[in-house]
Amino acid sequence: MFKYFEPNKIFAVTSKAPKYVLFLFIIVLTIGLTEALILSPEDYKQSDAARIMYVHVPAAWISLGIFSSLALLSVGSFVFKNKNFALIAKSLAPSGFIFNIIALVTGSIWGKPTWGTWWAWDARITSMLILALFYGMYLLAWRIYDDKEQVIKVTSLIAILGVINVPIIKFSVDWWNTLHQPASINILSTNTAIHSSMLVPLGIMTAAFALFSLLIFLMKYNTELIKVKNKGLDRL
Amino acid sequence: MINELISMNGYGAYVWSAFSFTLISFTALYFVTKLQLSKEQKRFVSKFGSLNVEKAKAARSQNINREILSNTSNI
Repeated sequence: MFKYFEPNKIFAVTSKAPKYVLFLFIIVLTIGLTEALILSPEDYKQSDAARIMYVHVPAAWISLGIFSSLALLSVGSFVFKNKNFALIAKSLAPSGFIFNIIALVTGSIWGKPTWGTWWAWDARITSMLILALFYGMYLLAWRIYDDKEQVIKVTSLIAILGVINVPIIKFSVDWWNTLHQPASINILSTNTAIHSSMLVPLGIMTAAFALFSLLIFLMKYNTELIKVKNKGLDRL
Repeated sequence: MINELISMNGYGAYVWSAFSFTLISFTALYFVTKLQLSKEQKRFVSKFGSLNVEKAKAARSQNINREILSNTSNI
Protein backbone atom coordinates (compact mmCIF):
# COMPACT_ATOMS: atom_id res chain seq x y z
CA MET A 1 0.00 0.00 0.00
CA PHE A 2 2.84 2.38 0.90
CA LYS A 3 4.24 2.22 -2.65
CA TYR A 4 1.36 4.47 -3.80
CA PHE A 5 2.54 7.14 -1.36
CA GLU A 6 6.19 7.08 -2.35
CA PRO A 7 7.60 10.62 -2.72
CA ASN A 8 8.39 10.09 -6.42
CA LYS A 9 4.75 9.26 -7.10
CA ILE A 10 2.99 11.86 -4.95
CA PHE A 11 5.25 14.86 -5.67
CA ALA A 12 3.19 15.68 -8.77
CA VAL A 13 0.22 16.18 -6.42
CA THR A 14 1.98 17.71 -3.40
CA SER A 15 3.79 20.28 -5.57
CA LYS A 16 0.60 21.58 -7.15
CA ALA A 17 -1.75 21.30 -4.16
CA PRO A 18 -0.49 24.25 -2.03
CA LYS A 19 -1.95 26.97 -4.28
CA TYR A 20 -5.42 25.36 -4.14
CA VAL A 21 -5.17 24.77 -0.39
CA LEU A 22 -4.08 28.40 0.12
CA PHE A 23 -7.07 29.64 -1.90
CA LEU A 24 -9.48 27.44 0.08
CA PHE A 25 -7.84 28.46 3.38
CA ILE A 26 -8.32 32.19 2.63
CA ILE A 27 -12.01 31.64 1.82
CA VAL A 28 -12.72 29.49 4.91
CA LEU A 29 -10.71 31.83 7.17
CA THR A 30 -12.61 34.89 5.89
CA ILE A 31 -15.95 33.20 6.60
CA GLY A 32 -14.66 31.98 9.98
CA LEU A 33 -13.41 35.44 11.04
CA THR A 34 -16.71 37.07 9.99
CA GLU A 35 -18.65 34.49 12.01
CA ALA A 36 -16.30 34.64 15.01
CA LEU A 37 -15.91 38.40 15.29
CA ILE A 38 -19.21 39.77 13.96
CA LEU A 39 -22.04 37.26 13.57
CA SER A 40 -21.69 35.01 16.62
CA PRO A 41 -23.33 36.20 19.84
CA GLU A 42 -21.43 37.33 22.91
CA ASP A 43 -21.28 34.94 25.86
CA TYR A 44 -23.78 35.64 28.66
CA LYS A 45 -21.04 35.28 31.31
CA GLN A 46 -17.77 36.23 29.63
CA SER A 47 -19.26 38.72 27.15
CA ASP A 48 -17.05 39.34 24.07
CA ALA A 49 -13.92 37.94 25.75
CA ALA A 50 -15.29 34.48 24.88
CA ARG A 51 -14.55 35.19 21.19
CA ILE A 52 -10.90 34.34 21.94
CA MET A 53 -12.18 30.74 22.06
CA TYR A 54 -12.43 30.78 18.23
CA VAL A 55 -8.65 30.94 17.90
CA HIS A 56 -7.59 29.35 21.18
CA VAL A 57 -9.57 26.09 20.99
CA PRO A 58 -8.82 25.13 17.33
CA ALA A 59 -5.12 25.91 17.87
CA ALA A 60 -5.02 23.64 20.94
CA TRP A 61 -6.92 20.83 19.17
CA ILE A 62 -4.67 20.90 16.12
CA SER A 63 -1.42 21.07 18.09
CA LEU A 64 -2.53 17.99 20.07
CA GLY A 65 -3.64 16.22 16.88
CA ILE A 66 -0.35 16.93 15.12
CA PHE A 67 1.74 15.73 18.05
CA SER A 68 -0.29 12.50 18.21
CA SER A 69 0.38 12.09 14.46
CA LEU A 70 4.12 12.59 15.04
CA ALA A 71 4.08 9.73 17.56
CA LEU A 72 2.07 7.46 15.23
CA LEU A 73 4.37 8.22 12.30
CA SER A 74 7.41 7.58 14.50
CA VAL A 75 6.05 4.17 15.48
CA GLY A 76 5.25 3.58 11.78
CA SER A 77 8.77 4.45 10.69
CA PHE A 78 10.15 1.89 13.21
CA VAL A 79 7.66 -0.87 12.36
CA PHE A 80 7.64 -0.51 8.56
CA LYS A 81 11.22 0.83 8.21
CA ASN A 82 9.79 3.56 6.00
CA LYS A 83 11.81 6.81 5.98
CA ASN A 84 8.98 8.67 4.30
CA PHE A 85 7.08 8.53 7.63
CA ALA A 86 9.91 10.45 9.28
CA LEU A 87 9.85 13.00 6.45
CA ILE A 88 6.08 13.47 6.86
CA ALA A 89 6.48 13.85 10.64
CA LYS A 90 9.28 16.39 10.18
CA SER A 91 7.06 18.40 7.80
CA LEU A 92 4.10 18.37 10.21
CA ALA A 93 6.02 19.52 13.29
CA PRO A 94 6.47 23.28 12.53
CA SER A 95 2.75 24.00 12.19
CA GLY A 96 2.01 21.89 15.30
CA PHE A 97 4.54 23.95 17.27
CA ILE A 98 3.09 27.26 16.05
CA PHE A 99 -0.44 26.11 16.98
CA ASN A 100 0.85 25.12 20.43
CA ILE A 101 2.36 28.60 20.90
CA ILE A 102 -0.87 30.24 19.65
CA ALA A 103 -2.91 28.15 22.14
CA LEU A 104 -0.61 29.20 25.01
CA VAL A 105 -0.49 32.91 24.09
CA THR A 106 -4.21 33.31 23.31
CA GLY A 107 -5.02 31.29 26.46
CA SER A 108 -2.89 33.69 28.45
CA ILE A 109 -4.65 36.69 26.85
CA TRP A 110 -8.04 35.08 27.63
CA GLY A 111 -6.94 34.34 31.21
CA LYS A 112 -6.42 38.01 32.11
CA PRO A 113 -10.07 39.17 31.77
CA THR A 114 -11.60 35.87 32.98
CA TRP A 115 -9.26 34.72 35.79
CA GLY A 116 -7.53 38.04 36.50
CA THR A 117 -4.08 36.68 35.66
CA TRP A 118 -1.97 36.17 32.53
CA TRP A 119 -0.52 32.87 33.76
CA ALA A 120 -1.18 30.19 36.36
CA TRP A 121 0.72 26.96 36.98
CA ASP A 122 -2.52 25.11 36.41
CA ALA A 123 -2.49 21.44 35.22
CA ARG A 124 -3.89 22.15 31.73
CA ILE A 125 -1.67 25.18 31.06
CA THR A 126 1.47 23.54 32.47
CA SER A 127 0.92 20.34 30.46
CA MET A 128 0.45 22.45 27.29
CA LEU A 129 3.73 24.21 28.08
CA ILE A 130 5.40 20.79 28.43
CA LEU A 131 4.00 19.86 25.01
CA ALA A 132 5.59 23.03 23.56
CA LEU A 133 8.92 21.92 25.09
CA PHE A 134 8.58 18.50 23.42
CA TYR A 135 7.80 20.22 20.09
CA GLY A 136 10.88 22.43 20.64
CA MET A 137 13.11 19.42 21.38
CA TYR A 138 11.71 17.57 18.34
CA LEU A 139 12.43 20.47 15.96
CA LEU A 140 15.82 21.13 17.54
CA ALA A 141 16.86 17.47 17.16
CA TRP A 142 16.29 17.68 13.38
CA ARG A 143 18.66 20.67 13.30
CA ILE A 144 21.33 19.24 15.61
CA TYR A 145 21.91 15.74 14.22
CA ASP A 146 23.40 15.24 10.76
CA ASP A 147 23.25 11.44 10.69
CA LYS A 148 19.87 10.45 9.21
CA GLU A 149 19.51 7.15 11.11
CA GLN A 150 20.40 8.81 14.39
CA VAL A 151 18.07 11.78 13.93
CA ILE A 152 15.13 9.49 13.10
CA LYS A 153 15.78 7.48 16.29
CA VAL A 154 16.11 10.59 18.49
CA THR A 155 13.07 12.40 17.08
CA SER A 156 10.97 9.21 17.27
CA LEU A 157 11.94 8.79 20.91
CA ILE A 158 10.98 12.42 21.65
CA ALA A 159 7.61 12.00 19.88
CA ILE A 160 6.80 8.69 21.62
CA LEU A 161 7.79 10.04 25.06
CA GLY A 162 5.95 13.30 24.41
CA VAL A 163 2.69 11.65 23.39
CA ILE A 164 2.30 10.38 26.99
CA ASN A 165 1.56 14.03 27.78
CA VAL A 166 -1.39 14.19 25.32
CA PRO A 167 -3.92 12.25 27.46
CA ILE A 168 -2.62 14.16 30.49
CA ILE A 169 -3.52 17.43 28.71
CA LYS A 170 -6.92 16.05 27.69
CA PHE A 171 -7.93 14.75 31.12
CA SER A 172 -6.06 17.32 33.28
CA VAL A 173 -9.28 19.28 33.80
CA ASP A 174 -11.03 16.13 35.09
CA TRP A 175 -8.18 14.70 37.20
CA TRP A 176 -7.21 17.92 39.00
CA ASN A 177 -8.94 21.03 40.27
CA THR A 178 -7.93 23.56 37.67
CA LEU A 179 -8.66 27.14 36.76
CA HIS A 180 -9.22 25.94 33.22
CA GLN A 181 -12.80 25.04 32.40
CA PRO A 182 -13.70 21.39 31.62
CA ALA A 183 -14.19 20.30 27.99
CA SER A 184 -17.36 21.75 26.47
CA ILE A 185 -17.34 19.48 23.43
CA ASN A 186 -17.09 15.70 23.38
CA ILE A 187 -16.50 14.19 19.94
CA LEU A 188 -17.83 10.85 21.17
CA SER A 189 -21.13 12.34 22.24
CA THR A 190 -23.74 14.64 20.69
CA ASN A 191 -24.09 16.54 23.96
CA THR A 192 -22.16 19.79 23.95
CA ALA A 193 -22.23 22.70 26.35
CA ILE A 194 -21.93 25.15 23.43
CA HIS A 195 -24.90 26.55 21.54
CA SER A 196 -24.94 25.99 17.78
CA SER A 197 -24.55 29.75 17.19
CA MET A 198 -21.07 29.41 18.71
CA LEU A 199 -20.38 25.85 17.61
CA VAL A 200 -20.67 26.72 13.88
CA PRO A 201 -17.99 29.49 13.94
CA LEU A 202 -15.80 27.22 16.08
CA GLY A 203 -16.14 24.46 13.46
CA ILE A 204 -15.37 26.86 10.59
CA MET A 205 -12.29 28.24 12.37
CA THR A 206 -11.12 24.68 13.10
CA ALA A 207 -11.48 23.85 9.40
CA ALA A 208 -9.50 27.00 8.49
CA PHE A 209 -6.72 26.09 10.95
CA ALA A 210 -6.63 22.51 9.64
CA LEU A 211 -6.28 23.86 6.08
CA PHE A 212 -3.45 26.11 7.21
CA SER A 213 -1.59 23.19 8.78
CA LEU A 214 -2.15 21.19 5.56
CA LEU A 215 -0.74 24.11 3.53
CA ILE A 216 2.39 24.40 5.69
CA PHE A 217 2.79 20.62 5.72
CA LEU A 218 2.67 20.43 1.90
CA MET A 219 5.16 23.28 1.46
CA LYS A 220 7.51 21.82 4.07
CA TYR A 221 7.20 18.30 2.63
CA ASN A 222 8.03 19.61 -0.86
CA THR A 223 11.05 21.44 0.60
CA GLU A 224 12.27 18.22 2.23
CA LEU A 225 11.80 16.22 -0.98
CA ILE A 226 13.73 18.80 -3.02
CA LYS A 227 16.50 18.69 -0.36
CA VAL A 228 16.71 14.91 -0.88
CA LYS A 229 16.83 15.40 -4.66
CA ASN A 230 19.53 18.07 -4.29
CA LYS A 231 21.67 15.50 -2.49
CA GLY A 232 20.82 13.05 -5.29
CA LEU A 233 22.19 15.48 -7.90
CA ASP A 234 25.45 15.70 -5.93
CA ARG A 235 25.81 11.94 -6.20
CA LEU A 236 25.32 11.82 -9.99
CA MET B 1 -21.32 49.50 14.78
CA ILE B 2 -17.58 49.98 14.08
CA ASN B 3 -16.98 51.35 17.59
CA GLU B 4 -18.83 48.38 19.11
CA LEU B 5 -16.75 46.01 17.00
CA ILE B 6 -13.52 47.65 18.10
CA SER B 7 -14.39 47.97 21.79
CA MET B 8 -16.03 44.50 22.13
CA ASN B 9 -17.77 45.62 25.36
CA GLY B 10 -14.45 46.63 26.85
CA TYR B 11 -12.66 43.40 25.86
CA GLY B 12 -11.40 44.71 22.50
CA ALA B 13 -7.74 44.85 23.53
CA TYR B 14 -7.81 41.15 24.53
CA VAL B 15 -9.88 39.87 21.60
CA TRP B 16 -8.04 41.84 18.90
CA SER B 17 -4.59 41.05 20.30
CA ALA B 18 -5.43 37.29 20.39
CA PHE B 19 -6.67 37.33 16.78
CA SER B 20 -3.78 39.56 15.63
CA PHE B 21 -1.19 37.29 17.26
CA THR B 22 -2.74 34.29 15.50
CA LEU B 23 -2.81 35.94 12.07
CA ILE B 24 0.73 37.36 12.43
CA SER B 25 1.99 33.88 13.41
CA PHE B 26 0.26 32.37 10.36
CA THR B 27 1.75 34.99 8.04
CA ALA B 28 5.25 34.61 9.49
CA LEU B 29 5.19 30.80 9.29
CA TYR B 30 3.81 30.90 5.73
CA PHE B 31 6.51 33.26 4.46
CA VAL B 32 9.37 31.50 6.29
CA THR B 33 8.23 28.15 4.83
CA LYS B 34 7.82 29.67 1.37
CA LEU B 35 11.30 31.20 1.58
CA GLN B 36 12.84 27.83 2.54
CA LEU B 37 11.01 26.14 -0.35
CA SER B 38 12.07 28.67 -2.98
CA LYS B 39 15.67 28.53 -1.65
CA GLU B 40 15.76 24.75 -2.16
CA GLN B 41 14.14 25.09 -5.60
CA LYS B 42 16.77 27.66 -6.65
CA ARG B 43 19.55 25.41 -5.37
CA PHE B 44 18.12 22.53 -7.37
CA VAL B 45 17.86 24.60 -10.56
CA SER B 46 21.41 25.93 -10.18
CA LYS B 47 22.82 22.41 -9.49
CA PHE B 48 20.85 21.02 -12.42
CA GLY B 49 22.22 23.77 -14.67
CA SER B 50 25.78 22.87 -13.77
CA LEU B 51 25.37 19.19 -14.81
CA ASN B 52 26.89 17.99 -18.08
CA VAL B 53 24.59 16.74 -20.86
CA GLU B 54 24.73 13.07 -19.87
CA LYS B 55 24.12 13.68 -16.16
CA ALA B 56 21.33 16.15 -16.95
CA LYS B 57 19.71 13.53 -19.17
CA ALA B 58 19.94 10.95 -16.38
CA ALA B 59 18.47 13.41 -13.88
CA ARG B 60 15.67 14.33 -16.28
CA SER B 61 14.68 10.68 -16.56
CA GLN B 62 13.20 10.92 -13.05
CA ASN B 63 9.64 12.30 -12.95
CA ILE B 64 10.19 14.09 -9.66
CA ASN B 65 13.16 16.06 -11.05
CA ARG B 66 11.09 17.16 -14.05
CA GLU B 67 8.29 18.19 -11.68
CA ILE B 68 10.68 20.25 -9.54
CA LEU B 69 12.00 22.05 -12.62
CA SER B 70 8.50 22.78 -13.91
CA ASN B 71 7.28 24.02 -10.50
CA THR B 72 10.05 26.45 -9.67
CA SER B 73 7.81 29.49 -10.00
CA ASN B 74 4.77 27.93 -8.27
CA ILE B 75 3.22 28.57 -4.83
